Amino acid sequence: MKLPAIVHKFSSPKNFYVMSGKMIPWFMWSFLLSLVVGLYYGLFVAPPDYQQGESYRIMYVHVPAAWMSMFIYMIMAVSAAVGLIWRIKTADLMASVSAPIGAAFTFLALVTGSLWGKPMWGTYWVWDARLTSELILLFLYLGFIALQAAIEEPRNAARAGAILLIVGVVNIPIIHYSVEWWSTLHQGATVAKFDKPSMHISMLIPLMVMATSFKLYYAASVLMRARAEILRREQNTRWVKEIVENER
Amino acid sequence: MSASEFFHMGGYAVYVWSSYGLSFVVLGWILISPIFTKKSIIKELKTKYRQQARQAQEEKTTE
Repeated sequence: MKLPAIVHKFSSPKNFYVMSGKMIPWFMWSFLLSLVVGLYYGLFVAPPDYQQGESYRIMYVHVPAAWMSMFIYMIMAVSAAVGLIWRIKTADLMASVSAPIGAAFTFLALVTGSLWGKPMWGTYWVWDARLTSELILLFLYLGFIALQAAIEEPRNAARAGAILLIVGVVNIPIIHYSVEWWSTLHQGATVAKFDKPSMHISMLIPLMVMATSFKLYYAASVLMRARAEILRREQNTRWVKEIVENER
Repeated sequence: MSASEFFHMGGYAVYVWSSYGLSFVVLGWILISPIFTKKSIIKELKTKYRQQARQAQEEKTTE
């Protein structure tokens, strides 16, 4: 299947660089605004949990971070597949610059989960399916980053990385369903399920605001990374030369 | 609710605040680090372009 020429024109590194430069401030401000709102409602307005007391407030960073760890992985896998099939440079680029952000969210999901587990379960870590599959996700991110760094030529790096990402997608449903398929200390899904969320609205709203905030954070931060990387990858083009020479 | 009650987090202060603090540090660093990366790339490329221009100039004068 061939993509219309306009897609290629629109996704050219130059166009991407210019457009993303205009979008970043919008993402950044809406991220900061939603963060302030989310933290205010999550830390001050939402009531304490009837079983877990105040400790459950870790949820407002833990759950959005865990969602982001899977969301970013899927974005990377889809971008890499698009780059592999249609040879769109900016799709490869999106996959590669997303990796450190995804790895950071995965790391935070694991560590904040651990810090929540200690007071509630009595242990920082158990080798159950949910925790182990999330740890494997961290290794997939780190493996992808190492693979990208080891291959000099960007096209070959992108191709090898794409294969790893696409194969690794199998881990995503395993993470999601792990709490149903295997016995675990981790609680089941309370929001991402077909039934209506089993969480009170006063706790659910701050969670949703934080989740939105983290998505806006990702948008701003991935575009900033992409722009820096475009300058490096396209350094032999006339337009990058012009941009660099106009910077003070 | 008083400020000390808030920071106390019902006895879970250590767990709650280290979660928030670590997230703040990690996500903050991920967000601002590309600013430094971009600056250093621009500096690198400026030097590279200047060298290229100088080389082109020298080739012209030796011709």
